[in-house]
Amino acid sequence: MATVITNLPSSKAGSVGHEVPRSDARVKLSGKAQFTGDIRVPGMLYGAVLRSPLARARIRSVDLRAALALDGVVAILTGADLMDMDPYYGHALKDRPIVAIDEVRFVGEPVAVVAASSLSVAENAVNLIDVVYASESPVTSLQAALLPDSPLVHTKRARPGFAHGLGQLPDPEGNVCYRYGFSKGDVSNDFVQAAVVVEGEYRFPAVYQYALETHSVVADHRGDEVTIWASCQHPFLVRQEIADLFDLDLDRVRLIVPFLGGGFGSKSYTKMEPIAVAISRKAGRPVRVVNRVDESMVTTRRHNMVCRMRTAASATGELIAREADFWLDTGAYADNGPRVTATAGDAAPGPYRWRSVRVDGRCVYTNTAPAGSYRAFGAIHLQWIGELQVDEIARRLQVDPLEFRCRNVLPVGGEVRAGAKPLDADLVGDLRKVAAAIDWGQPRTEGRGVGLSVGLLAAGAHPVSMATVRLGADAGATVLVGTTEMGQGARTAMAQIAAEVLALPSEQVVVRGTDTQYTPYDRSTGASRSTTVAGKAVELAARDVLAALEETAAAKFEVPLDRLSARAGGVTDGERWISHQDLIRARFGFAGGELVGHGMVQPSRGSGSFAEGPVFWEVCLAAAEVAVDPVTGVVRVIRTASIADVGRAINPQLIRRQDEGATLQAIGNALFEEMRYDPEGMLLNDTLLDYRVPSALDVPERMTCVIVENGDGPGPFGAKGCGEGAFAGVTAAIATAVAAAGVPMQELPMTPERVWRRIQTLGHPDREGEAS
Amino acid sequence: MTAVVLTAMVNGRPVSCSIPPNLLLVDFLRDELGLLGTKQSCEVQVCGACTVLVDDRPVSSCCFLAADIDGRRVQTIEGLVDTPFYERVAQAFVRHAAVQCGFCTPGMLLTAKVLDERGTPMTAQQLRADLAGNLCRCTGYQSILDALEDALGEGPQS
Repeated sequence: MATVITNLPSSKAGSVGHEVPRSDARVKLSGKAQFTGDIRVPGMLYGAVLRSPLARARIRSVDLRAALALDGVVAILTGADLMDMDPYYGHALKDRPIVAIDEVRFVGEPVAVVAASSLSVAENAVNLIDVVYASESPVTSLQAALLPDSPLVHTKRARPGFAHGLGQLPDPEGNVCYRYGFSKGDVSNDFVQAAVVVEGEYRFPAVYQYALETHSVVADHRGDEVTIWASCQHPFLVRQEIADLFDLDLDRVRLIVPFLGGGFGSKSYTKMEPIAVAISRKAGRPVRVVNRVDESMVTTRRHNMVCRMRTAASATGELIAREADFWLDTGAYADNGPRVTATAGDAAPGPYRWRSVRVDGRCVYTNTAPAGSYRAFGAIHLQWIGELQVDEIARRLQVDPLEFRCRNVLPVGGEVRAGAKPLDADLVGDLRKVAAAIDWGQPRTEGRGVGLSVGLLAAGAHPVSMATVRLGADAGATVLVGTTEMGQGARTAMAQIAAEVLALPSEQVVVRGTDTQYTPYDRSTGASRSTTVAGKAVELAARDVLAALEETAAAKFEVPLDRLSARAGGVTDGERWISHQDLIRARFGFAGGELVGHGMVQPSRGSGSFAEGPVFWEVCLAAAEVAVDPVTGVVRVIRTASIADVGRAINPQLIRRQDEGATLQAIGNALFEEMRYDPEGMLLNDTLLDYRVPSALDVPERMTCVIVENGDGPGPFGAKGCGEGAFAGVTAAIATAVAAAGVPMQELPMTPERVWRRIQTLGHPDREGEAS
Repeated sequence: MTAVVLTAMVNGRPVSCSIPPNLLLVDFLRDELGLLGTKQSCEVQVCGACTVLVDDRPVSSCCFLAADIDGRRVQTIEGLVDTPFYERVAQAFVRHAAVQCGFCTPGMLLTAKVLDERGTPMTAQQLRADLAGNLCRCTGYQSILDALEDALGEGPQS
């Protein structure tokens, strides 16, 4: 179901705003779409990784003799092979060696990599490598890592990475590798003065992104060049990291990105690429490394978290103060943990008019698998907590939760955080729309609960994107843009944007995958930035082409430039029309040549709003209705509604797919997904048999995506991104709905056992401590 | 290990070769026959990305020995694309934008083929249950369910 609300005129060219079919649908349906694991390079070897069975140990010795003796084994990489280079990487903190050097820090850490003539030979060789470890007591929980006498996961201070984007990094304290906080006003005083205070401690689980395609790389290192085919979201950042690590010139590192079988953040930044390049360097041949699911689960995951929060309100129903302390478990290496911590900090206050706020977040090392990006990170961690407290205050003040929020949310232009971009969305309007979509205020069946949630996610990452548009002699256009197509429909949206400017049918615009040798720079695919930032670069590049067409048309028609515009595959002055094809012929004097346009988005130029951080505030706003079975503790999501506050919908159908996909992931994260570790740091549920993700049976009876178009985004045609907001919004709405059904939970996922136990403590205040 | 001699029909073409007895069907299809449309993900028969049809029944080729297709018929996405059913279901998937990353899609279509051949009308809840063996992390399933309702409810049985 969809509701499209627009005050904008429909586009002249008829591309933007329309449900143009995905350009890649047919190739994917037919099974012909190429993913990294489908690539076969001549001379290619198969890689397999030996991973640590221990969470914390010294490596005493590594005996490769039996493995090397196996027929078909070409090379084996260990830490000893990395002595001629600086083997540490990490875009935030350079804390991670390509493979373990002298010590291991989590179960699953790569210790050695075999390259062999076939995968089965490589796997057999892995089993023949004899490593002697001296085990040490691991630090496998946040609680243990934060003890004053906890062993340190890292004894040496890591150097800052090349792309942390966090300004001056604070000194590490114990196992805390990064800290982010801010405050305003007099929090202590406001809590003393408050009429209502709600506080609690909350837990959020480690979860696995589960892109169906696991991390996959083929690397071919020859001389001073390397070519890498990789399932990566951030090819240009990976290129930079590989160039740094292997001391290669940037333009000698070539990243080619085929279709991705899902990303969701799991393929952001550098993952398996350094291992693949290092083993190729050693073997002198191209090597393919494709993870199994259990390996991808220990390659990256979502941060588990503990949070203490309290919220204060006045007797007259104003939210006045909030404090949040939280600790994110980033595992053995920082990965994107510092950014996740900062984004969580920005999400902690929620979009309300606080008199005072204090936020203090810590990113903590433990001896577990590294945690990084996963869709809506930070916002999803904090929003459900803040929104549960807002609802509890509304309940105590006997105010309707919708009216309470409408009264307290920030207005357009309100200060979200000092120094950040003011609020660029109409939250009251969005709240009213989502409430209408879920029939807010209607009587409910016993055992049902309806909840709302509103939050903001700092989106857009660093706004640096370039694009090139080439218009050929046949008036077909090719867009070169570094956005990774990972299922979201980026190639279709980019084609629509260029088609709109040039007044072409969008199927006449081709968008291919990134090849860093030819595709201009794009910072990354993530943070809901592609349509907004890369899309703006595509729009500008197409306008550059259009300017050249109009220049030729102006000469031909002998009219000033401002009389001309693109229409129906050509240029018109309102009376006469000439096709792009004829303009190209007129310009070059023969049936060849092409027009090439460039577009660039950078922080200090273009639309002024790219000069402020974040690029935009992604609205995380949703509602849910749930049924809670008091006998079994089973929670069922009956229906959901989410807001896609996108400024301008380039393709409404693709937006709905984003919100529906996010809704199912939210149901998993809220109700059953959780990576469970034993005390020794071993992941207990490392297959999809034990780690359940949502199936078709988990689809709610109804999912409504309300698309809001206020033209208030900094992207092309007033667009701003989407796709993450619904994840944080729906997760929090499920939590507030379960609370509205009478069961306020302080730990996710809300498994039947946890919900049932919580129900048993309700009405028994002395047993409240047993709740979670 | 002693090699096994295998004779089967794959996508309507006879295949005869000698393979290791422990070779999995998914690896046989992808690495020996170059049929790369069959995808591998979970390796434990949960996700359905590797679904192919053996004698018209869906199997997870990640947990099925290639040796066990001896004397049988196998259909993969490459063999489905030329059928009228494929065109019908593909149009419905395009119409509903039920394809996102595309990694689960070939397996979904082979499951859909089985549902289509079964031919009996089904409720929305049955369709969900029938699709529960094919995971998709992108779409949220609704568009796939809608596309299947369209495709399985229209046109002659192929």
